[in-house]
Amino acid sequence: MLTNDKVPLIREKALWMRRTAFTMVHRAQLGHPGGDFSAMDILATLYFGVLNFDPKRPDWPDRDRFVMSKGHATGALYSALCAAGYFPTDWLATYMQPKSLLNGHPNRNYLPGVETNTGPLGHGFPVATGIAIAGQLSGASYRTFVLTGDGEQQEGSNWEAAMVAGHRKLANLTLIIDRNRLQQGAGTEETSGLDPLDEKYRAFGWEVFEVDGHDPAALLALLSAAPGKKPRCVIANTVKGKGVSFMENVAAWHHGVPNDAEYAQAMQELQ
Amino acid sequence: MATATPTAAGFQDCRNAWVKTLEDLAEADPRIVAVVNDSVGSSKLGSFQKKFPDRLINVGIAEQVMVGVGAGLANGGRIPFVSAASCFITGRALEQVKADIAYAGFNVKLVGQSSGIAYGELGATHHSIEDFAWLRPLTNLTVIVPADAWETAEAVKWAAAHEGPVYLRLSRMPVPDLEIPNRSFRPGRAEVVCPGDDLTIIACGTTVHLAAAAADNLKAEGVAARVLNFSTLNPLDEDALHAAAETGAIVTVEEASVRGGLGGAVAEFTAANRPVPVERLGFPGFLPTGSTEWLFQEYGLSPEGIAAAAQRALARKE
Repeated sequence: MLTNDKVPLIREKALWMRRTAFTMVHRAQLGHPGGDFSAMDILATLYFGVLNFDPKRPDWPDRDRFVMSKGHATGALYSALCAAGYFPTDWLATYMQPKSLLNGHPNRNYLPGVETNTGPLGHGFPVATGIAIAGQLSGASYRTFVLTGDGEQQEGSNWEAAMVAGHRKLANLTLIIDRNRLQQGAGTEETSGLDPLDEKYRAFGWEVFEVDGHDPAALLALLSAAPGKKPRCVIANTVKGKGVSFMENVAAWHHGVPNDAEYAQAMQELQ
Repeated sequence: MATATPTAAGFQDCRNAWVKTLEDLAEADPRIVAVVNDSVGSSKLGSFQKKFPDRLINVGIAEQVMVGVGAGLANGGRIPFVSAASCFITGRALEQVKADIAYAGFNVKLVGQSSGIAYGELGATHHSIEDFAWLRPLTNLTVIVPADAWETAEAVKWAAAHEGPVYLRLSRMPVPDLEIPNRSFRPGRAEVVCPGDDLTIIACGTTVHLAAAAADNLKAEGVAARVLNFSTLNPLDEDALHAAAETGAIVTVEEASVRGGLGGAVAEFTAANRPVPVERLGFPGFLPTGSTEWLFQEYGLSPEGIAAAAQRALARKE
């Protein structure tokens, strides 16, 4: 299939995932919908255009790995894994219920398709670096993709990983940064500024790309391109709360949850 | 004085057993790799690196990514032994140990080197006396503290074969081989070093041989002390603790803080199940500078100090 032929499917899945995630959050009255929605088109592109995986064999050694370092965005991750066939849709209604397999943060021991347990920020990227080193050591064909938030880049452990991956030229590793420019209470640049992120990663030995994180065609072209000689950093410019008018670019929707009227309006908009 | 010195006859640096065993295992199993934070020398991994240059992954002075990379290597099908000074692999990377290794359940072997007060003179930043208290609540992390070179080798072999997260707490302080006939390494089970029913001395790691010497001293005073090598701290050998409580008095001895470690575990267990006097030997908190040998003497981690604690426990016995 030509890559652009996949774009309608990705758009369709991303819409289903947004509706699904918001329904989960509305039902649970818990969650992180702002960051779910900024990451949604990236996850839809990965699972329906880029990753080589088999949901029936989640431990297939040659599978491509996707590590959700921004582990709080479980609305996005769980709706993606469900859409990808890792578990049935009726599990989604248990989100954050007592003893649910769908925790507030993902657990690989409960849920197929989860590569590592995340939640505290700055953990997924170092683990993804280890996965990529394992692949490099054995000459395996799989690729490793990791998504961090942009505020998450303030955690120092990411820069330890950036240094190791750059030094070891882990060309099989792609870091995607969900650059929505908001952390939970304020903008990243007014909190502890990240810019220029591109120059930082170049200085650490990475190839750096910038892309519209809500453009599946652009994401698809970039993420499915053959590996080069260095690890890749994709700065995906996104909008927190993307897709619902009253949520877009509003920091309070980091962990805000909808009342019934807001839920109904969002479902009207997400068509 | 039976406290170890590098020159004492019959005393061995257990790191030699660690690295020899690891090299033998790595020869036979290509999945085994080592991960270090620039600690090739202090982990004694120089010859491992020569034999398996690609399989020694040095991430530099960066403990958070070191532990995270260990988890990732396990995800990729490897069996990583992540080795660094205990104070850093536990303290600096504690959240990675909790979330990436213990909670995620990856098949990673964490190896704490130069544990306890091996770096005596370097001060409290380099002492690792808090690690037991930090790691004991991580219930699916097996915590093993070998008492001598033989047990170190057995623990490394067991860890490699066991599917699941393990913390091995090694020392650089030379110790003698324990004189126990027909030994077999049983993780999760305390080992009887010498029998006795008047009280029980529960020790681990570098203090076990000191406890055995203390039991000899006590024998001359007519006291039959049972000595246990309590080399697994997680999970606790509850049968051995029930039996210890039956002797009516307990002394715990560890190269660690008395808060939350072996002494803490024994006190918790006995208070909840069968209250008996428990005298805890170890360290009260941040320590003054001084050599390892001096600090052991100063805080009663010596045959004389342990025997004195035994008499205190006996005096409290009902």
